[in-house]
Amino acid sequence: MTKADIVERIYEKVGYSKKDVANVVEEIFSSIKASLEAGEKVKISGFGNFNVRHKTARRGRNPQTGADITIEERKVMTFKASQILKKAINSGAR
Amino acid sequence: MTKSELIERVSAEVKTFSKKDVEIIVDSLFDSMSESLSRGEKVEIRGFGSFKIKEREGRQGRNPKSGENIYIEAKRVPFFKAGKEIRERINK
Repeated sequence: MTKADIVERIYEKVGYSKKDVANVVEEIFSSIKASLEAGEKVKISGFGNFNVRHKTARRGRNPQTGADITIEERKVMTFKASQILKKAINSGAR
Repeated sequence: MTKSELIERVSAEVKTFSKKDVEIIVDSLFDSMSESLSRGEKVEIRGFGSFKIKEREGRQGRNPKSGENIYIEAKRVPFFKAGKEIRERINK
């Protein structure tokens, strides 16, 4: 499923103009991105939480050359699915 | 930011819909994604990230409290991988 498919589904459910729905979908993701960029947690009840975690620098190794390298400190985005989503995924038809 | 704050912020940017309509679209968006994942499909949002389902096999486990042996059923778990754009943006 891509963004275009999501727009299609929403359109089928609510029937607003596809172009307008696409605009809102775009705005939803930009808003979430802006929030995470500002270091804010994003909690979508029933779906899950998006978080930004800070990782400290650590020593690593280039698996190809074997050379020791330092992995710089960085921030990573994580997602934790809600219980509702986890349940839905496991009750889906297989 | 919670879902209701997301609805507020999106409504402030979008003039074509009322807040109630934005709420319907936001709910409908996350429902569509959940439904798709429940069918075992991958969900890919360019610039944001992708969600996919991994199958976990059943395994022998132990109840850490009672020490009793239990069988952990096979299950499906969702995974998220952040997209390139967001990875870069949160590190700026």
